[in-house]
Amino acid sequence: MSIFLTKDSRVIVQGITGGEGSKHTALMLKAGTQVVGGVNARKAGTTVEHCDVTLPVFGTVSEAMTETGADVSVVFVPPAFAKDAVMEAIDAKMPLIVVITEGIPVQDTAEFWAYASSQGTSRIIGPNCPGIITPGEALAGITPATITGAGPIGLVSKSGTLTYQMMFELRDIGFSTAIGIGGDPIVGTTHIDALAAFEADPDTKAIVMIGEIGGDAEERAADYIRANVTKPVVGYVAGFTAPEGKTMGHAGAIVSGSSGTAQAKKEALEAAGVRVGKTPSETAQLMREVIAAL
Amino acid sequence: MTVDLYEYQARDMFEKHGVPVLQGIVADTPEEARAAAAKIGGLTVVKAQVKTGGRGKAGGVKVAKTPDDAFEAAKAILGLDIKGHVVKRLMVAEGAAIAQEYYFSVLLDRANRSYLSLCSYEGGMDIEQLAVERPDALARIEVNPTEGITLAKAKEIAVAAKFPSELVDKVAEVFVLLYGVYTAEDATLVEVNPLVLTDDGRILALDGKVTLDANAEFRQPDHAALEDKDAADPLEAKAKEHDLNYVKLDGEVGIIGNGAGLVMSTLDVVAYAGENYGGVKPANFLDIGGGASAEVMAAGLSVILGDPQVKSVFVNVFGGITACDAVANGIVAALDMLGDAATKPLVVRLDGNSVEKGREILAAANHPLVTLATTMDDGADRAAALAAK
Repeated sequence: MSIFLTKDSRVIVQGITGGEGSKHTALMLKAGTQVVGGVNARKAGTTVEHCDVTLPVFGTVSEAMTETGADVSVVFVPPAFAKDAVMEAIDAKMPLIVVITEGIPVQDTAEFWAYASSQGTSRIIGPNCPGIITPGEALAGITPATITGAGPIGLVSKSGTLTYQMMFELRDIGFSTAIGIGGDPIVGTTHIDALAAFEADPDTKAIVMIGEIGGDAEERAADYIRANVTKPVVGYVAGFTAPEGKTMGHAGAIVSGSSGTAQAKKEALEAAGVRVGKTPSETAQLMREVIAAL
Repeated sequence: MTVDLYEYQARDMFEKHGVPVLQGIVADTPEEARAAAAKIGGLTVVKAQVKTGGRGKAGGVKVAKTPDDAFEAAKAILGLDIKGHVVKRLMVAEGAAIAQEYYFSVLLDRANRSYLSLCSYEGGMDIEQLAVERPDALARIEVNPTEGITLAKAKEIAVAAKFPSELVDKVAEVFVLLYGVYTAEDATLVEVNPLVLTDDGRILALDGKVTLDANAEFRQPDHAALEDKDAADPLEAKAKEHDLNYVKLDGEVGIIGNGAGLVMSTLDVVAYAGENYGGVKPANFLDIGGGASAEVMAAGLSVILGDPQVKSVFVNVFGGITACDAVANGIVAALDMLGDAATKPLVVRLDGNSVEKGREILAAANHPLVTLATTMDDGADRAAALAAK
């Protein structure tokens, strides 16, 4: 078991013929994912070949779903076209849309998020995220599948490389699902959505939540954990030493005044019973203790 | 990433989209201020152009009755230090007889993943203060991104902000225009404080604040010119030339990493390690992103080595998609390219994709400045120790 993505998931790639789409289609197949096709209106009717698999390229998401039974779409199309691609997937009622593309104007994301919410038929992960991996089963995104295998830990993080770092630290234990929700100001799936899913997933025994400065997503997650999560949660927040008013890479990562600081987030999480590490290695150590006590 | 505009840039943008504003002319010298005041005619207001609040209290806004008054006002204001911002530019604005002041803004609401409009019939006060002291006086209306601020929505906002019925239609029209600025310019904030009613019954945007979304630059070709290149730190400016995501900080350990989260985390780990070495701290944030080519690595290293405060450098890469051998080749090539310009010790930590090959490449190059670390914590500790020497 896992959350949102399993070995039975049937994945299409929007932007399958582009450089990134092409490279990661091969890696997703290698990770065991059932990639069943791709979409590119200009190359409809052609095929692409990866890892001895021939994949059909469709003109529309809707057609791809009808022909292949796809229930996950991974979006690699460039920022200028990403909104239309996601809107199309929402219109096709694609159950899970994973938006990897970095650099999408936030008003575009606001629009497709509002549209997805009003339709109520699609979950969106991202944008600007590494996607989701259920080790040993499937990968929808760009997380390296070689870091670690299946295990009892569920992971949710804004950051790609910190996700990899944490999976690496705990590679001997393994993960049920690791989900990178993305660092943009607006993302489709939140920490809370992932926490709720991990709480309900029988194969997830403990959860590691990685946050960073900016916004109040971690504080909201802390409130949610206090009221709804019974499984042990270990936390990490990046950006303790970040100065006020400087954006640290992610569009959302900025300390403004007293809000959004790592310290405030740590305190909120600890008040909700979450053990918070000062560094990735200390966080991994806390998780080891949690797993040992299960 | 976002770009904050100066008041005069916001004014020009408002004018472009039909929002009613007063005349305003930029001046960089007292002479230019006098000429601007003469051109506008009548009463003018000389306003410091700084990206901070409270400039009125700091003496950064003066009323001028004549062009000579404007000259004197400009002399007094130019060079003023307002909360750490030195005034280099002024706007000479047309004077107006103000009957009432209001507040309006539309912004990205991260928490609710939507847009939010804030509006008050009671302006002329600091908006944060108003929100705390008299929350009833500040209307907060969600704006659905797929619907926007239509005239009906604008009227709803005006009514919620307690505008009297005879003013609702009049301000609503301006709200629609301001929302036009927000969407047409890919803004994350459009704020007017104050929005005013003049004695002769006009609604005007007297002072505006606009924040733009840098992700939209591909479809906003005019926005690059609005960025404040002078104000940035020289190292930040140099990094920008190379499209590097760099933030200058105050410490001694230069940091290069891949991925914003990992780099932020690296800063923390270095700061903690530095506590054992007399308080050594990270010197910068630098995210080289996914592709760590030799060129990117060389550009990054040269920016960091150009910082006289830097005593050691910590390169912390987790190869996800980026292969460690490419990073290692990038480091070796960068050191070759920099030659004698590279003078500070580098601690390199590699893990993940192709780590063995990456470590082999660095070991084979055997560069005297490079040390290999086994883990992130080990690398931070070594780099902090080297910086403390």
